[in-house]
Amino acid sequence: MNIARNPLLSLRLPVWRTRFVLMLIVAGFIGLAVRALYLQGLQRDFLQAEGESRYGRTLQMSAHRGMITDRHGEPLAVSTPVESVWISPSTTAEVAPAQRKALAKLLGIGEAELGRKIDAHDRDFAWLKRQLPPEQAEKVRQLAVPGVFIQREYRRYYPAGDVTSHILGYTDLDDIGTEGVELAYQSWLAGKPGSRRVIKDRKGRVIEDVESVRAPQQGRDLALSIDLKLQYLAYRELKNAVTLNKAKAASIVVLDVQTGEVLALANVPTYNPNSRGQYDTQKARNRAVVDLFEPGSTMKPFTVAAALDLDRIKPTSVMPTASGAIRVRNHTIRDAHPAAENLNVAQVIQHSSNVGTAHIAERLAPKEMWSVLSASGFGTVPRLGFPGETGGRLRSHDRWTNLDQATMSFGHGVSVSLMQLARAYTIFCSDGEVLPVSLVKRTEPVVGVPVISARTSQQMRDMLQLVTQKGGTAPLAQVVGYSVGGKTGTAHKVENGGYSAHRYVASFVGFAPVSNPRLIVAVMVDEPDPKRHFGGQVAAPVVSAVLTGALRMLAVPPDLPIPRSSTFEEIEGVPEDV
Amino acid sequence: MIRLNLVLLVVLVGCALGTVTGQHRARTLFVELEQEQRGARQLDEEWTQLQLEQSTWAMHTRIETVAASKLGMQVPPTERIQMIEPPAESVRP
Repeated sequence: MNIARNPLLSLRLPVWRTRFVLMLIVAGFIGLAVRALYLQGLQRDFLQAEGESRYGRTLQMSAHRGMITDRHGEPLAVSTPVESVWISPSTTAEVAPAQRKALAKLLGIGEAELGRKIDAHDRDFAWLKRQLPPEQAEKVRQLAVPGVFIQREYRRYYPAGDVTSHILGYTDLDDIGTEGVELAYQSWLAGKPGSRRVIKDRKGRVIEDVESVRAPQQGRDLALSIDLKLQYLAYRELKNAVTLNKAKAASIVVLDVQTGEVLALANVPTYNPNSRGQYDTQKARNRAVVDLFEPGSTMKPFTVAAALDLDRIKPTSVMPTASGAIRVRNHTIRDAHPAAENLNVAQVIQHSSNVGTAHIAERLAPKEMWSVLSASGFGTVPRLGFPGETGGRLRSHDRWTNLDQATMSFGHGVSVSLMQLARAYTIFCSDGEVLPVSLVKRTEPVVGVPVISARTSQQMRDMLQLVTQKGGTAPLAQVVGYSVGGKTGTAHKVENGGYSAHRYVASFVGFAPVSNPRLIVAVMVDEPDPKRHFGGQVAAPVVSAVLTGALRMLAVPPDLPIPRSSTFEEIEGVPEDV
Repeated sequence: MIRLNLVLLVVLVGCALGTVTGQHRARTLFVELEQEQRGARQLDEEWTQLQLEQSTWAMHTRIETVAASKLGMQVPPTERIQMIEPPAESVRP
């Protein structure tokens, strides 16, 4: 039976009703199509962004700061991860009192302070505690306080602590170098954090990499020229000398003569870069590079070298020093220990005679003396690349009076840093060339700038060796088995425009072995005990101790016969092919 | 005609299921990769911490005190060191 044909069901409906329904349906479809067009076409970008934000995330990728090592790869500054806790107060609802208490206890901050930070609802961001050790941060995470987040950061550690603090400097809380090598090589060491877009699933796992917005750039490592073993040795000896001489401060620089690299550089007093908060310019200053002093007699060899190089004198030329004084322009220059007879040039160096050096300076025109001093690096920044490095003061020769020239010949009226002084001595050690110094390990051979002839340099070495021998000013600088050359310096400190009577700067610059120099050690002691203040007494023993250890560590063959001790014979009984 | 359509439908469903499983497997593998990478990073960090620890233990001052006090060692004076020149033929230029 056909339902449609059932007369009972056949209704006579007006035609408009059918049309009306049809129109409604068509209108409905048109509405849908318009809506679809609107969403797909006009609102498409907005909706896609909204959709993606439901599952897409941009992840920050942290980059750590490069490691600083010594020349053998021993770590000197290392970044390790720590966790920092921050809060977003504006999005945080109430934090329960119990949770506040627990959080304050974990972070080690006062409850009142914590409360103030949590209740500052107008702010979006506040650090609660920075640089927590990972275990402690994990406990904070377990507390699950709403609105409290943990962020990974890096903190810098310095394993050698106060021994290397002046060279390395330190970084601030944001891991940006603010002092020393950390500052000088900031762009090399710093890492650049990157980010990438990923898709996360419901459980928060990353399931797909969409794109890498910016690849993180890890910081590069930096190998310094420092030899940590030597650095320890230099620091220890320097510290002992400061205690022994009741000095105010002291610095030491050890240079490799062959490469111009700085093998050790230490200052006392120092500080521990691992415990922050204590900042004292007295302790934080890298005196060897930043501070200036009047070098005194350690300058004499340069005047003598200038005169020797121009053939104005010979090592055997005799200077009229017997009077013990010389008058220059109404001033009398005297010797601390007047010689009984006239000294020759070698003896002038050996006994450190001011009068003798002033006589030698008289044979030079101001420009001739100035050019050797200037070429040796006095008055110019040594370009070590260290922040705050100073170039000292060397006045231009056209304004020198006779008196200026005479006093400058024995190191007064000029100021230098210890680094400059050590560097200048390379002209006596590398056949008359001054070498550029470096705090970073060198990979290429170094090119020096000639200042004096190789012959003059050789003659100077022989004369400077006399200083550490019997009758010289620094027999305490001797090293068993090695010939040592060098020059002492003892200067009154400059104070209120004049010279202080009882404050001294004692210095010694030594090199060894004289036959084929390998190391230069420069030591400066600031305000040693006035009773015992000569460079030969205060600074020379430090140089001797450092050279003894350093030459052994570097396996430099001795150039002098070594006195055999009786106990050594027993060891010699061992068969030779062991 | 209908039969062909049915076959194509089966193939289509098969492909769709394949895509789904493929995608799922790719994601699980990716999660694994992520985990391994995180592990690598953690090991890296542990390594720097160990390096730090090692250099703290190997501090020269510490070694010196331990060697001198516990082991009774001392630095030999120069006169007790014998320098051995390498034989001429083994010296490299």
